Amino acid sequence: MTLLEVDGLCVNYGRIEAIRDVTFAVEEGAVVTLIGANGAGKTTTLKTLSGLRKVRAGAVRFQGKDITAMPAHLRVPLGISQSPEGRRIFPGMSVLENLDMGAFSRADRVKTRSADLERVFTLFPRLEERREQLAGTMSGGEQQMLAMGRALMSRPKLILLDEPSMGLAPKLIQQIFSIINDIREQGTTILLVEQNAMQALRIADRAYILETGEIVREGTGDDLVADDSVRAAYLGGDV
Amino acid sequence: MTEPKPPANAAASSGATKASPSAGTKPVASGGTSSRRFGWDRGALARRVTALPTPVKWLLIALFVVFLYALPLLEIPIISTPDTDFGAVLFTVASYVLVALGLNIVLGYAGLLDLGYVGFYAVGAYTVAVLGSFQAHLSWWMLIPLAVLFSTISGLLLGAPTLRVRGDYLAIVTLGFGEIIRLTALNTEWLGAAKGITQVPRPPSVEWFEIPHLQWDGFTAFIDLGDTTKFLFFGVADQAPYYWLALTVIFLVLGADRMLRRSRVGRSWEATREDEDAAELMGVPTFRFKLLAFACGAFIGGLSGALFASRQGFINPESFQLLLSILFVAAVVVGGAGNIYGVTLGAIVVGYLPERFRGFEEWRLLVFGVALILLANFRPQGLLPPRRAKRAIAADEQLEALEEGTARV
Repeated sequence: MTLLEVDGLCVNYGRIEAIRDVTFAVEEGAVVTLIGANGAGKTTTLKTLSGLRKVRAGAVRFQGKDITAMPAHLRVPLGISQSPEGRRIFPGMSVLENLDMGAFSRADRVKTRSADLERVFTLFPRLEERREQLAGTMSGGEQQMLAMGRALMSRPKLILLDEPSMGLAPKLIQQIFSIINDIREQGTTILLVEQNAMQALRIADRAYILETGEIVREGTGDDLVADDSVRAAYLGGDV
Repeated sequence: MTEPKPPANAAASSGATKASPSAGTKPVASGGTSSRRFGWDRGALARRVTALPTPVKWLLIALFVVFLYALPLLEIPIISTPDTDFGAVLFTVASYVLVALGLNIVLGYAGLLDLGYVGFYAVGAYTVAVLGSFQAHLSWWMLIPLAVLFSTISGLLLGAPTLRVRGDYLAIVTLGFGEIIRLTALNTEWLGAAKGITQVPRPPSVEWFEIPHLQWDGFTAFIDLGDTTKFLFFGVADQAPYYWLALTVIFLVLGADRMLRRSRVGRSWEATREDEDAAELMGVPTFRFKLLAFACGAFIGGLSGALFASRQGFINPESFQLLLSILFVAAVVVGGAGNIYGVTLGAIVVGYLPERFRGFEEWRLLVFGVALILLANFRPQGLLPPRRAKRAIAADEQLEALEEGTARV
């Protein structure tokens, strides 16, 4: 079943077109990735999907329902959750308070709190160790884990991950990607935006390549990894 | 304002636990830094107070409350203002405290810089004046709810279009709002124009009994039966009853503030202030919560203005100058935006010091200015910083300590 459909999406920043006629779909239970260089429009696409950017043309449908003009805060209870670029955790709140904010939109959050926290702490044991720590004082990797954990607290059907590996050490990147895999296995659909194309393609069921605001290639993750021109452009030449 | 110790203690204890991982490396250094930054060790006293058994604590709080109510009767030398009626000064300070508590919701909790807060104060005051004496003669008990209603509505009307803009723009728009209210009053005959409005109704009096004041001779106090305050007569000469009224309202507002702050609403304000987009991504309807903060602020501002008008008996547009808005913001920032005990203290400083030193004539403004500059320099987070600032300072120290002792990491 198709969870998310994006149809001919155009988004402008003033008169500059950030993305143009972007069309793709995310199947339920899949990992879909958008890759591309800086400024290709990946983050804009995600922000539009979570409702932070206004759409100029095109449509977004979630579970068949048109949500193109829906404000961001109403999309969360529908089941869309985002771990934004640059983490954007609440620096003045503790880890636990950040996670509680993640469950803000859930009516039954009090009842499910311990189960939700346990799920997050199982995925990210590090967060449990730091539960009382002020989020702004944690390392980049820990903040990334917190941003992802916070996004999971709303029990989303679809989680949007914006550059989870940005600025992290190689060892940590491995860890983050293996956690992304775990999240998928728990049944959450993932839309992943990455500059780290090789890693992203390896775990993706389906991948789209964005270039200056347009989708230029698509295919399964494996296909694109094997493709020579993709390798040359995004995977650092003859790897 | 009954118990300024617990937040300080929370900082001290969280500071202590925060520092503990690094305590093995440089406990002395980090302790030194903290007391240098805070100016003095407030933790020690706070710990001693929290260690007391609960009944004793309640007794202390009760005594403090009684002391606050008794202040205008005690005529304590030094604290009492030699040049003005002390009851009147206390009322002024109390109305500043009330305003600061309201503005703190807008500025301290929701993080919205409102430079036209005096506008709400004016709406409250004008409602009482216009409907109480100038155009109608409603009873005082009707006027207060109406004043609050109108100021809240004006808050919603101002907020609905303007809260979509952020930061500096909001400051400019609200600045304009304050001036619009004042200029409208100045140019509208129906609102009394420049002449203002006299005979503003005072709160209804009941004359139950008389309470004598104290009189001091050096360090001995005498009960002075010749100098009494009638309970509860709202007149012109003796203004202690107005202070009691305002103090009671402050306690009510403090209670409501505490409830709000600890609820989902308080958490939403905090998230919105820290990162509006991220809050929206958590499902927080940020616009609605900002509007709610504005409405709460306007409610309290209007209430304070209404009390001001019924004490003053006379208002004109001169009473609602832009400078007053700036003073209100100063009270909140000097005290520590986000901390109710802090902003209370800030309002006391801003409201009381100029009155206490009225004898200095023009010099008092200079003294006041110097005091503000010193505070801004040495306590940039305010006299009593909010929890987040204290935690951030503690975290900075922890990071510093970690950097110095990298071997341990």
